Amino acid sequence: MIVLEGVRLTLGDRQVLEGISFQVQPGETKVILGGSGSGKTTILRLILGLFRPDRGSIRVAGEEITVLREQDLAQIRQNMAMVFQGAALFDSLTVRENVGYRLWEQGRLSDEVIEQKVRESLQFVGLEDAIDKMPADLSGGMRKRVGIARALASGAKLLLYDEPTAGLDPINGFTICHLILRLKTKGVTQVVVTHDLDIAFRVADRIVMIQDGRIIFEGTPEELGGSQDPAIRGFLDPSCLPPEAREAWSSRDAG
Amino acid sequence: MTGSFDLKNTLIGYVLVVQEFTFLCSRAIAGLFRPPWYVREMVLQIDRIGVGSLFIVVLTGMFTGMVLALQGAVQLEPYGASMYVSRLISTSVVRELGPVLAALMIAGRVGSGIASEIASMQVTEQIDALRAEGTDPIQKLVTTRLVACLLMIPVLTIIANGIAIFGGWLVARLYLGIDSYFYWTWAFEAIRQRDIVLGLVKPTVFGFIIAMVGCYAGFYTKGGTVGVGVSTTQSMVSSSILILASDFLLTKLFMAFP
Ligand SMILES: Nc1ncnc2c1ncn2[C@@H]1O[C@H](COP(=O)(O)OP(=O)(O)O)[C@@H](O)[C@H]1O
Ligand SMILES: [Mg+2]
Repeated sequence: MIVLEGVRLTLGDRQVLEGISFQVQPGETKVILGGSGSGKTTILRLILGLFRPDRGSIRVAGEEITVLREQDLAQIRQNMAMVFQGAALFDSLTVRENVGYRLWEQGRLSDEVIEQKVRESLQFVGLEDAIDKMPADLSGGMRKRVGIARALASGAKLLLYDEPTAGLDPINGFTICHLILRLKTKGVTQVVVTHDLDIAFRVADRIVMIQDGRIIFEGTPEELGGSQDPAIRGFLDPSCLPPEAREAWSSRDAG
Repeated sequence: MTGSFDLKNTLIGYVLVVQEFTFLCSRAIAGLFRPPWYVREMVLQIDRIGVGSLFIVVLTGMFTGMVLALQGAVQLEPYGASMYVSRLISTSVVRELGPVLAALMIAGRVGSGIASEIASMQVTEQIDALRAEGTDPIQKLVTTRLVACLLMIPVLTIIANGIAIFGGWLVARLYLGIDSYFYWTWAFEAIRQRDIVLGLVKPTVFGFIIAMVGCYAGFYTKGGTVGVGVSTTQSMVSSSILILASDFLLTKLFMAFP
């Protein structure tokens, strides 16, 4: 479904990603795990075609997207939907208009059908009652769920999540986790970016771990848990590191 | 050594800004000539920019005309010509003060509003979300605001001009004892065709500046919520200076063609 090969990206004068190669199979839930600033969000932006890599290839559903023009990219993006870190709901639109945004813009379906799909999606995330609210009136957890509903309503076969549980209390985090697991059983392909080990081990079929813009691990959650690589052990369990290294880790993880 | 380095980087910075600004303008204009046209968004912006600015534009025009009548009468007094004050008011308002003062007020209200709205959409990833949903954010946000400004700012300027001449009449009537018929006859007599053309070209150019500088500041915002404030201030300062500078250039250009 997605193939990245030797992707490198420089933003400003900073090399953000280097030698990124991995694949996401159809129906798979892939977790990209790493500390803050390691380049996780940037990978999602590359897959969406919001950034272009300096070198390397990115194929989505067999199509090389690095060479496409913006208009053709828009076509490819119809197959994907992203749940942004802060949900990125459109402030000026109601929850209904947010969730149905893409369908209305496409203008292929009748208003009744769209309304139906909007309600179904909101029902799936348990927020039917919020349909007439404005985003400003929702809590952080609710906004995230509306973000997921917007992604679902679009009918996309590939969902991308940026830190879906960051900034949420454990109960809301659990709800989101549960939604991702339910979508997994429906055969949706998902890429989940997170620094949260808990959700990573809960939802992942396979995990890619990155550090400073490079892949340091790729495999199943079991393989990750059994790894003896000191950098990986340090991320999984900072307490097993010597004190100096622990300090380095925590300052890296801050923010 | 470091000085020359800084100069080089500053120059590169300016070139980059001009490049980005030109790119945004060309994309916004190109957006006019292909669907979708986002009529709803455009009507909303016309309402916000036009109707929303009416009040400040009326006040600006009113006080400008009133103060011009007072000062003008003082200037004309020694020549015994104070009854011709409406000549002075109408020409200076239509050629210069109406367009410039209205544009400066609108830049403060509308331009900075556009900048802060788009900037906060940028830092909360709503612009990225638009692109992810298959919408061209430049066409949806910039083209619509550009059209609204190009249409409404000339209209607002004409209103400001009318109110200013009216304000001058109030003062002329109440304090200077000038005959109303005399006032209005000379007010219109003094305006020539080229004044009207110039008086319409200027607000169109100012409308372009206000919309594009506001949108540019918003789109290229960096650095979270602090960046939103920076962009808002930046857009107001830049568009005010560009308005004043282009006013001079346009006036000079028109004088070159008698
Ligand atoms: N638009 C940008 N311009 C310059 N640098 C950027 C930009 N976006 C991200 N970066 C840098 O790229 C690095 C990775 O960012 P990001 O992918 O957001 O990390 P993560 O999501 O893993 O926290 C960070 O060091 C960040 O400063
Ligand atoms: Mg991130």
